[in-house]
Amino acid sequence: MSTTADYILHLADNAVVLGQRNAEWCGHGPILEEDLALANVSLDLIGQARLLYQRAATLLGGDATEDSLAYFRDAAEFRNYTLLELPHHGPLVGYAASDRDYATTIVRNFLYSALMVQLWDGLTKSSDSELAAIAAKSLKEASYHLHHARDWLVRLGDGTDESHARVQAAVDHLMPYTEEFWTPSPAESTAVAAGVGVDVRTLRAGWDALVNDAFAEATVTRPAFRGYITEGKVGVHSEHLGFLLTEMQSLARAHPGATW
Amino acid sequence: MSATPMPAPAPDELIDRVLTALDSLTDPEIPVVTLRELGILRDVRMTDDGLEVVITPTYSGCPAMGQIEDDVRATLAGIGIAARVVTRLSPAWTTDWMSEAAKEKLRAYGIAPPHRLPAPEVGVVRFMKKPAAETVACPQCGSTNTTLTSQFSSTACKALYRCLDCREPFDYFKPY
Repeated sequence: MSTTADYILHLADNAVVLGQRNAEWCGHGPILEEDLALANVSLDLIGQARLLYQRAATLLGGDATEDSLAYFRDAAEFRNYTLLELPHHGPLVGYAASDRDYATTIVRNFLYSALMVQLWDGLTKSSDSELAAIAAKSLKEASYHLHHARDWLVRLGDGTDESHARVQAAVDHLMPYTEEFWTPSPAESTAVAAGVGVDVRTLRAGWDALVNDAFAEATVTRPAFRGYITEGKVGVHSEHLGFLLTEMQSLARAHPGATW
Repeated sequence: MSATPMPAPAPDELIDRVLTALDSLTDPEIPVVTLRELGILRDVRMTDDGLEVVITPTYSGCPAMGQIEDDVRATLAGIGIAARVVTRLSPAWTTDWMSEAAKEKLRAYGIAPPHRLPAPEVGVVRFMKKPAAETVACPQCGSTNTTLTSQFSSTACKALYRCLDCREPFDYFKPY
């Protein structure tokens, strides 16, 4: 039986996993300004995740805290979109290493932000007043994330042959994962019925408009979709999430209860 | 002869004392503007459970918020007043709450102050439009011949601009 807490955990896990992924660029950005930009976007995302985990912990009661939810759940308990846990490069098995590809980072941030501006906008009317308050703040931040990602998508897509090819490859790689947005999970359906959540299917036309508009300006071709629809939001993840969580959770698990 | 106890200060007087003390607190990153001028300090009020100080976070992930909360507690402890510090999310903080005096102080400090937020539009269209190129005046020389270098600068709340006349880079506090 899904609850409002499950839905809020889905939103929180999205934010923390993408925040952690993008933080990998800290100190490694392609240029100093982008290094700072990605770190700031990650701060926003991790801040959103904290507020959401705090709300979920209150709803769950018992011993749950923002830290127990972020650091002491395993991969199968995370409810983020598979898209957000993928590494910053094209298809690879989980234990392989490759250079980070900024086009992949930018395309993913664009695809996610184009969803989140609409989702947060809808959630400002959530029947859960705490969630509505978090949404009102997050909407302001997601708008800046979208502008940042869209700007770079166009610059790189409509840039050199090399940057165009990389953006097109990232689009071809990542677009199929966005199909997961539009298939409601049990937690989403329960939340919609309770007036807590937004029916994601109602956001698809707007998302398509945002994506097609930006792709046209970036001279990028949108691939046709056929294939498997990922299910990260019901806990069925790629092999990449475990590696990400291991790094993110290692300190808290090595020193449980530590404060500084 | 028993000592006459001091009368408890009237709530209004207490609130004034707290506000005066808290007015010494500035943003940890921008030490020229106070928490009240920035709109972070929302309220000081008497409740059935005693005195309450209400603050609101700026950006969700702003690292200064923890420091701000600690500063408020330490200031209250310093003047010997017991009060609860409450964080309230709604209504969401906005740069439109910044006083004109605060904006002038930002400018003098070298940070271009935020423009007022445009009236909200509805529908997905507002997210499609490229952000209107904002004309931001250089806080050093006043020229509006400036250009955006990066949408995120030293902190999430600021963008990095460059003045094409005096050639100085500067931060612009983004409307939120």
